[in-house]
Amino acid sequence: MPTSTNTIRLRSLNKKSTQKQLLKVMRSFQKFCRVAFSPTVKNKRLLKDRFVNKTFLAFTLLSISMVVLIAIGLFYKSIPLLDSTSLSNLLLSSEWKPFKEAFGFYSFIVGTLWVTAISIIIALPLSLLTGIYLSEYAHVRVRKLVLPLIELLSGIPPVLYGVWGVLVIVPLIQDRIAPHFVEFTTGYSVLAGGVVLAIMIFPLIISIIIEVFDNIPQDLRNASLSLGATQWQTIKKVVLRKSFDGIIAAVVLAISRAFGETIAVLMVCGNLAQIPQTVFDSGYPLPALIANNYGEMMSIPMYDSALMFAALLLFVIIFLFNTISRVILYRIEKRNT
Amino acid sequence: MIIQPHISIQNLNVHIGDNHILKNINLDIPDKKVTSLIGPSGCGKTTLLKTLNRLLDRQNDVRVDGKVLVDGENIYDPKAEVTHIRKKMGLLSQRPFPLPMNIYDNIAYGQRIHGNNKKSELDEIVEKYLRGVNLWDEVKDRLKSPATRLSIGQQQRLCLARGLAIEPEIILGDEPTSALDPISTQAIEELFLDLKDKYTIVLVTHILRQARRVSDYVGFVYMGEIIEFGPTEEVLLNPKEKLTQDYVKGFLV
Amino acid sequence: MEIRKIEENIFRFLMILSTIIISSTLFMIVYTLFSKGFGSLSWDMISKIPEGGFYIGKGGGILNAIVGSIYITLGSTFLGLLVSLPIVIYINVYAKRNATIATLTRLSSDILFGIPSIVYGAFGFTIMVYMGLKTSLLAGIITVTLMIIPILVRAIDEVVRVVPEDMSNAVFALGGTRYESAKIILRQSIPGIVTAILLSFGRAIGDAACVLFTAGFTDSIPTSLEQPAATLPLSIFFQLSSPIQEVQNRAYAAAVILTIIVLIINIAAKTASKNLSKNKI
Repeated sequence: MPTSTNTIRLRSLNKKSTQKQLLKVMRSFQKFCRVAFSPTVKNKRLLKDRFVNKTFLAFTLLSISMVVLIAIGLFYKSIPLLDSTSLSNLLLSSEWKPFKEAFGFYSFIVGTLWVTAISIIIALPLSLLTGIYLSEYAHVRVRKLVLPLIELLSGIPPVLYGVWGVLVIVPLIQDRIAPHFVEFTTGYSVLAGGVVLAIMIFPLIISIIIEVFDNIPQDLRNASLSLGATQWQTIKKVVLRKSFDGIIAAVVLAISRAFGETIAVLMVCGNLAQIPQTVFDSGYPLPALIANNYGEMMSIPMYDSALMFAALLLFVIIFLFNTISRVILYRIEKRNT
Repeated sequence: MIIQPHISIQNLNVHIGDNHILKNINLDIPDKKVTSLIGPSGCGKTTLLKTLNRLLDRQNDVRVDGKVLVDGENIYDPKAEVTHIRKKMGLLSQRPFPLPMNIYDNIAYGQRIHGNNKKSELDEIVEKYLRGVNLWDEVKDRLKSPATRLSIGQQQRLCLARGLAIEPEIILGDEPTSALDPISTQAIEELFLDLKDKYTIVLVTHILRQARRVSDYVGFVYMGEIIEFGPTEEVLLNPKEKLTQDYVKGFLV
Repeated sequence: MEIRKIEENIFRFLMILSTIIISSTLFMIVYTLFSKGFGSLSWDMISKIPEGGFYIGKGGGILNAIVGSIYITLGSTFLGLLVSLPIVIYINVYAKRNATIATLTRLSSDILFGIPSIVYGAFGFTIMVYMGLKTSLLAGIITVTLMIIPILVRAIDEVVRVVPEDMSNAVFALGGTRYESAKIILRQSIPGIVTAILLSFGRAIGDAACVLFTAGFTDSIPTSLEQPAATLPLSIFFQLSSPIQEVQNRAYAAAVILTIIVLIINIAAKTASKNLSKNKI
């Protein structure tokens, strides 16, 4: 057998060589030969199968570790900033003077929270009602007509939402809505950001809600209906209660999507580093900050570190939110199979 | 009389997760005969069949202890090479699963993956095995059309031909007629009777009449154990065990 | 009428209203973009690169951005497939059923799917610096690839997962290896894979935040991977921030072009899954 002569020759080589390094290499080669040409391997097909197994496993492990790699990469770049300023200072100070190396993210964090909150307040009731309608009331034909439209909505690039926001929402706020409440606004405001974001997260919330509703057994509804409950009562008391965790998951996922949206928000929010007092004031969410300043990033000391820290902050929050909601959704899926 | 066994199962135990699915199975499956495994659903008969060609170990959390000897070779030996074992056995599943390719390629597929690419040989093999399952006349004009266009009964015969084309020694059938209409069922059963001269056939079925029609030996499986094994007429008509009696009760013709 | 009936009717009305609002947003957006940009659309727009003074209203077009976007989209989808197909095959064919690694992979790509593109952009930038790359087509492609891998993995996994186990068992029963069974499963999943590719096209072509850091922007068409590349979304973004009306109008026209491309891709993705299932069960 060729395998055994191979091994013997390698062993004799090992004896002759005195250098430890060489020995080590030889041993690993020997081990490789033993695995690759072992008697159980009948032919090339199986060798290929084994090779594919190992490489594909490597790809898979790499993809799983991607999450960690992103965190490490961003953290590594934020170290200079974290060394010079305390974390609490970064998060709670609103002094933003890059030239003086003062990086307080408070107003940006507040700006992000504003637009996110507004978008959820608008999107949740509308999406929930639509989701209920499509899965509980609507005729199959209506559902087949509306769902593709909603899916198409999710395919529209953020920049187009931004253009639309500039063309429609901003003037609408400036001319029609805001004058009833405040004296003056440009329209570029956290409200505009919130509205545009709300439309962007409709598809996400609706698709998850419909999926969750569809997973509720029909028998459960029938049980309630046969007791004389109206359809709405059944939805309120049975369907919604049963799908509560799924709705939470949808909202959490939507929050994290809103949190990280960049271009569309950047185009309509006004981007003033201030803490908005009303919804008609400009705000400056974190992603917009990163995107807007990438140009100067390398020319001001610490600025790149500050922007990478902002990205890390986004990443950590969104990672947590995503993990929570995905785990909830996985549990629901498991429960139903 | 049990002749020399083709497959010999010795002290086989299967756990899936915490469940003890097969309990201490000892069974000799005779050469060139049809052996049926009968039993209520969920009793482990399909699992038993899947241990024979090691499809079971593709699942997570499965532990198999004991030996399965095929031609005297333990297929659960850690050194055993699984594709070589499976090549020896053709499998016919509950529903036919033609591969996503045309009729010709479905039959030639097994030969091709095992290295035979000669067109003339493949042509011959395809015709031979399609004739073998009485499908040739029905499909000879459309060998290049997708296999999924065939009726389900034709598909099942195609799958049988596909399995036979790699020249196995054993045919495993997992309720192979459960998705078929009566006429296709009859066609498959007749094929089994034809094939048993050349192949050892192991059949899982819940239709007792079918077991009686086609098989030489019957094993009754209940709650993961072999309760009774013997010649068909004996087990079905004069069962020795109480459990078997209860199960085949009412079947007496 | 009973109170509960009234309540039912009120909510029913609200539901229909919100369904109408939500499903009309698509039309509102498309209508606004078209009515604003269609007039400025011209052959020059899509056949010429920017000429001198383009951003102050002089002639030229956005061919540079269109070509750049296509390069990035094709390059990243190709690379993304090279990585995501092995992953999907591994978790569905090589790993045992319901193995932990499969769950972990699905969970992590679900999470990565939710990570915003600006974070990928920032991360891509750190890799770029680490590898000593400048803003270039290559850096853009790598970053967008990272972003679309989870999309491809999720979408392809979804179709591969539902291929019945008996299909791969049929191959195993013929003495096939896992690799051979994977090939059959992929063949069975082609319609789904095409849909996944189109989805990632859509995402890659529309993304701006990712390439902002990494691909740069240029008025010429890149001729090598080391040169920076313009992209359509960024081109819209930059032109819109100009105070000159003509430039803004061109931004709207560019938005129309992007809308058309994206709509075509998405509708193609929808129909692909229906029309390609010739050999499917």
